[in-house]
Amino acid sequence: MTRSALQTLPGESPTILGLQDVRVHYPMGKDWLGRPKALAHALNGIDLQVRAGETLGVVGESGCGKSTLAQLLMGLIEPTSGRLDWVYNSDKERSSNVQIVFQDPQSSLDPRLPVWKIITEPLFVQRSAPHHEMRGIAAKVAAQVGIRTEYLDRFPHQFSGGQRQRIAIARALSSNPDIIVLDEPTSALDISVQAQILNLLAELQRSRDLTYILISHNVSVVRHMADRVAVMYLGQIVELGTAAEVLERPRHPYTQLLLEAVPRLGVSVDDGQVSAPTELPGNRTLPIGCYFRDRCPKATQGCEKPQALLPAKDGGASVRCHLES
Amino acid sequence: MTMQACVQQPLAEQAPVLVIDDLRIEFPAYKSTVKALNGVSLHVNPGEIVGVIGESGSGKSVTAMLSLRLLPERSYQVKSGSLSILGRDMLTAKEKDLLSVRGRDAAMIFQEPMTALNPTRRIGRQMLDVIIHHQRLSKAEAKAKAIALLRDMHIADPEQVMNSYPFELSGGMRQRVMIALAFSCDPQLLIADEPTTALDVTVQRQVLLLLREKARARGTAILLITHDMALVSQFCDRVYVMYTGAVVEQGVTAQVMADPRHPYTRGLLSGLPEQVEPGQDLMTIPGQVPNLSALPEGCTFLDRCAFATAQCLQRPPMQTIDAAADRKSACWLSAPSHATAKESRP
Repeated sequence: MTRSALQTLPGESPTILGLQDVRVHYPMGKDWLGRPKALAHALNGIDLQVRAGETLGVVGESGCGKSTLAQLLMGLIEPTSGRLDWVYNSDKERSSNVQIVFQDPQSSLDPRLPVWKIITEPLFVQRSAPHHEMRGIAAKVAAQVGIRTEYLDRFPHQFSGGQRQRIAIARALSSNPDIIVLDEPTSALDISVQAQILNLLAELQRSRDLTYILISHNVSVVRHMADRVAVMYLGQIVELGTAAEVLERPRHPYTQLLLEAVPRLGVSVDDGQVSAPTELPGNRTLPIGCYFRDRCPKATQGCEKPQALLPAKDGGASVRCHLES
Repeated sequence: MTMQACVQQPLAEQAPVLVIDDLRIEFPAYKSTVKALNGVSLHVNPGEIVGVIGESGSGKSVTAMLSLRLLPERSYQVKSGSLSILGRDMLTAKEKDLLSVRGRDAAMIFQEPMTALNPTRRIGRQMLDVIIHHQRLSKAEAKAKAIALLRDMHIADPEQVMNSYPFELSGGMRQRVMIALAFSCDPQLLIADEPTTALDVTVQRQVLLLLREKARARGTAILLITHDMALVSQFCDRVYVMYTGAVVEQGVTAQVMADPRHPYTRGLLSGLPEQVEPGQDLMTIPGQVPNLSALPEGCTFLDRCAFATAQCLQRPPMQTIDAAADRKSACWLSAPSHATAKESRP
């Protein structure tokens, strides 16, 4: 396998995953010959490197392609075009090293399996091992995420939401992965439980040297957890950089708009901007030029040309906007 | 118009729109009863936006549903207390009378607009049904009113929206239709149960701004139920914090956020990721919410509280901290006599 998207700069942790101009299109509706009538452009050219041991946050509104990205990383869908390069040599090796934690632990845990079987499901799929061995592994992982070993024979409905999410995390850990994709891991949880789960994830990352890809629309969670942040809009990354740079000094107009809309404690909001357009443009036909042009308050000449993700003028983050890069 | 006056003085001495006093309800369950509300008291004044915040199981949605008597009859038992909207007792009202309250005097916005709208009928039909039912307008007048309502919600092309089915609209659009529908009969009270939880932050902000703009213009009182502390701090005049079916802290939002007196409120605020430097551990509240069918005798927060004393084995009533601002907290330590004791603790 060629690994051209996996170059590593000296002084940085090795890159373990590289995406090069990845596009994903879904056919929408079919005519009488079975040909698709239209295409949904879910991902439109993603370039991204993930380094070992980091937490990469991915933020964006619904419909921007966050979940398609998660499915792509899990190998559930194939890119329509572009390259997805891993450090792993085979699909089998990849599938045991990349795991996922879903948003809603209520629906992502099989209600008919006892907890220890849920936790060892990834192992069960990959290899057969005697029951007591599987149980042993489940007990070990469960202890790490704070599920008591007496509870291994219980079923998901006997646990609270926070505990279910701990079980989901244990399941992701059981095959001893390098990368965990966290798809909105706390958005179904209460505030006090969210804090517990975020602490658990941070502690596991320290002790097991994990790489997280944290997909969330909750900017404060991403700010808390992530080392680097990618902001997505309509299937493209519009800004990429360290969390401090992107979230404290946003350069792309979309990032600015998104961060401004995040509710903050003790900051009152004025009545302006009620009628500003907040709809994502449809992804059946892509806009010409900059995708954000229709909603952009700074749109000027030059925005009708397609924008590239380039390093910003004053260094730091990469921005997909000709005014800033 | 009198509406204008109450916008400027949200805490003015006017008859409250919604009054709930020491309400206790139970749901019978197999071999036990779930004590969903254990003495909730709250009121909403005209023109005010009042937040109710709490985690799942704290009774905030039950309070909202019961306010309009939307819970299935006979599935619950009222143990004590009263609930009235515009002076009308809602707990004993007949179903026939309730029909005129719901939608006209008090309206409700639900969390998920997709399930609240009828998926098989066009938006226009659904709006006209409500308007004609409550207001005795002709079809053409009702249609003109519906268009005006949608335009008020900054919907660019109301005619086209009225011709669409709910599934054809985005989440933000659907929620705007719901708000337009809720305002269609000029209610004096609007109960919004997590109206923006399913929406993106940009859309959430716009929907809430629209809600606030509309409420100010009409002098509508809003009871906003949410679990987002930041949202409450941005949009609500006053806030009630609920825990295990009871209000544990209340007051003017800025005061509660700046100086929370109940350990639970403090725990909620310090558990927010924005309260610590990125990468540091978050403060958590230890333990779990107690089972509502087996609540402890004393303070329900006792097991999770770092400040618990022997006195906490007795359940604390609401202690007034600042009578003028209606600031109260259900914690023994928040009483004025304990103010010094609290300071000396970590």
